[in-house]
Amino acid sequence: MASLMQIQQKSRSQIAVLIALGILVVILPFLAGMLGQAWVRILNVTLLYVMLALGLNVVVGVAGLLDLGYVAFYAVGAYTWSLLASAHFNLHYPFWVLLPLGAFLAALAGLMLGAPVLKLRGDYLAIVTLGFGEIVRILMNNFDKVGLPWSDETYNITNGPRGITGIDGLNIFGFELRKGLDVFGFQVTGLQLYYFVFLAFAILSVIGVYRLQHSRLGRAWQALREDEIAAKAMGINTRNIKLAAFAFGALTGGLAGGLFASMQGFVSPESFGLLESIMILAMVVLGGMGHIPGVILGAVLLAAMPEVIRYAADENVQQKIFGTVIIAPEVLRNLIFSLALILIMLFKPAGLWPSPEKK
Amino acid sequence: MADMLFTAEGVTKRFGGVTALDNVSMQIPRSSIFGLIGPNGAGKTTFFNTLTGLYQVDEGKFTFDGKPLNVKAPHEVAQVGIARTFQNIRLFGEMTVLENVMVGRHVRTKAGAFGAIFRTPSARREEAEIEQRAHELLEYIGLSKRAGDKSRTLAYGEQRRLEIARALATDPKMIALDEPAAGMNATETVTLRTLIERIANDGTTVMLIEHDMRLVMNVCQHIVVLDYGKKIADGNPTQIQKDPAVIKAYLGGAHETTGAGAGEKA
Repeated sequence: MASLMQIQQKSRSQIAVLIALGILVVILPFLAGMLGQAWVRILNVTLLYVMLALGLNVVVGVAGLLDLGYVAFYAVGAYTWSLLASAHFNLHYPFWVLLPLGAFLAALAGLMLGAPVLKLRGDYLAIVTLGFGEIVRILMNNFDKVGLPWSDETYNITNGPRGITGIDGLNIFGFELRKGLDVFGFQVTGLQLYYFVFLAFAILSVIGVYRLQHSRLGRAWQALREDEIAAKAMGINTRNIKLAAFAFGALTGGLAGGLFASMQGFVSPESFGLLESIMILAMVVLGGMGHIPGVILGAVLLAAMPEVIRYAADENVQQKIFGTVIIAPEVLRNLIFSLALILIMLFKPAGLWPSPEKK
Repeated sequence: MADMLFTAEGVTKRFGGVTALDNVSMQIPRSSIFGLIGPNGAGKTTFFNTLTGLYQVDEGKFTFDGKPLNVKAPHEVAQVGIARTFQNIRLFGEMTVLENVMVGRHVRTKAGAFGAIFRTPSARREEAEIEQRAHELLEYIGLSKRAGDKSRTLAYGEQRRLEIARALATDPKMIALDEPAAGMNATETVTLRTLIERIANDGTTVMLIEHDMRLVMNVCQHIVVLDYGKKIADGNPTQIQKDPAVIKAYLGGAHETTGAGAGEKA
């Protein structure tokens, strides 16, 4: 009986925490809005990183396949939206076509990456996926002059390094999100509306990834990560479930990419470099591989930390403390950020919030 | 003649110039405990690996449960009804004890990604069945209390038993145990022996690949001895213990292979 009471008390306090968290999440964009819309944008980008980290977590954390080119799927989603909803080709498809299409194409790209690397593991897998990420970025960079062997004409598909501008925003059945909303005299900005859309998608991603992880497929992924030979002996078709892991990870990335393009209104290959892939991987690893709350924490911290440091390591701050600017703020920012990562890995090698020892 | 679950006929496997298995034949009756023994390098593991699809045979054939056994990939073996454990324990260390057994149900269930994400009624029902069966199997091997612990935290003997439960979760007709007693102390071996006998009594054929002679002689009804890829003896424990070829293989004698065989005596 006593233990039952404890469980009830525990779940009650958990509910209280959840409610508090819920309220915080709802008022957060308005609090950030007081500081400036730039902070709301940071929140939105953080939510996209949560989605990306969750997607990569399926591949790296759950299935144990090291992927250093994950940002490629983000790029596929972003370019799908950008090319089909902008002045570039003068196409303006609605979101309910583009988001699923972007996710689907990203999943397809995931399968394309997955198929040739089925037999690779560890370092070798990392090298090939890294190459894949670079290939996608370089394609985006160079597909502004696509020539055909039988003609002299060249076609501009991606507009190369200049990127694509004038991308349509989210338009939910006639309502343009960017315009913002006036609720009884209370102004909700476009970015704040985007926040709630992204939040919804992030929550859906959490639910989807959680359910996948705690299913027959998710257990097979974990078995694959723990011991591929034993997994095979248990009758798991490792080829199929590896492809499924790449596809599902990519799908989430593609979705986030489409959302990113719709908010930003501008994409260029620069946004999808190797550093971005490594950043997302760092979120997964530092948060706690394979543990969803940890991965979310990692994404939130690592997405927000550089921005916070940007303000904390400001020139004015240095002026006040030392009377002079000792280190350039940009250098100092990277320095503090790297140092924080190293410290986390030193003192929390399994991540900030790893999966519990007992269930 | 008893009902045979598994037969091998003239199985030969060569690696370049080395004949690892040379015309090996054997028969395993249903619900029996069958022992496959032999000194190191005798071909036990090679035999096991060809049987489980890791290698393809060069000559000969296997029959399992009345049908030709023809597996092209290791994961098909569990489907057919042969489960295995590993000489060097291969558990899913970061997964819980219960989850390890649940993975064993993979091959007998079919819920996919769609069912997982949308929690369809059929997927939920299947998931409940998987969990229930896994709990039953933990009860069977006596590890219920540790269900929620990560499997790497188990003691050695417990890990061995968990591996057996995981294999049993695939509903095998035959379970192949690769040196299950290796590294076990006397008490653990006794527990293992009881478990093996219970498994066979409950209708699952056991194939035991083992070095612990006392265990093999006590528990097996039928034994095949391999040496240098050839079958040198085939019979019940009493016959095997008296067989001059077996004694020579294990103890040396006037054989040029003295060094290779003698050190093996467990």
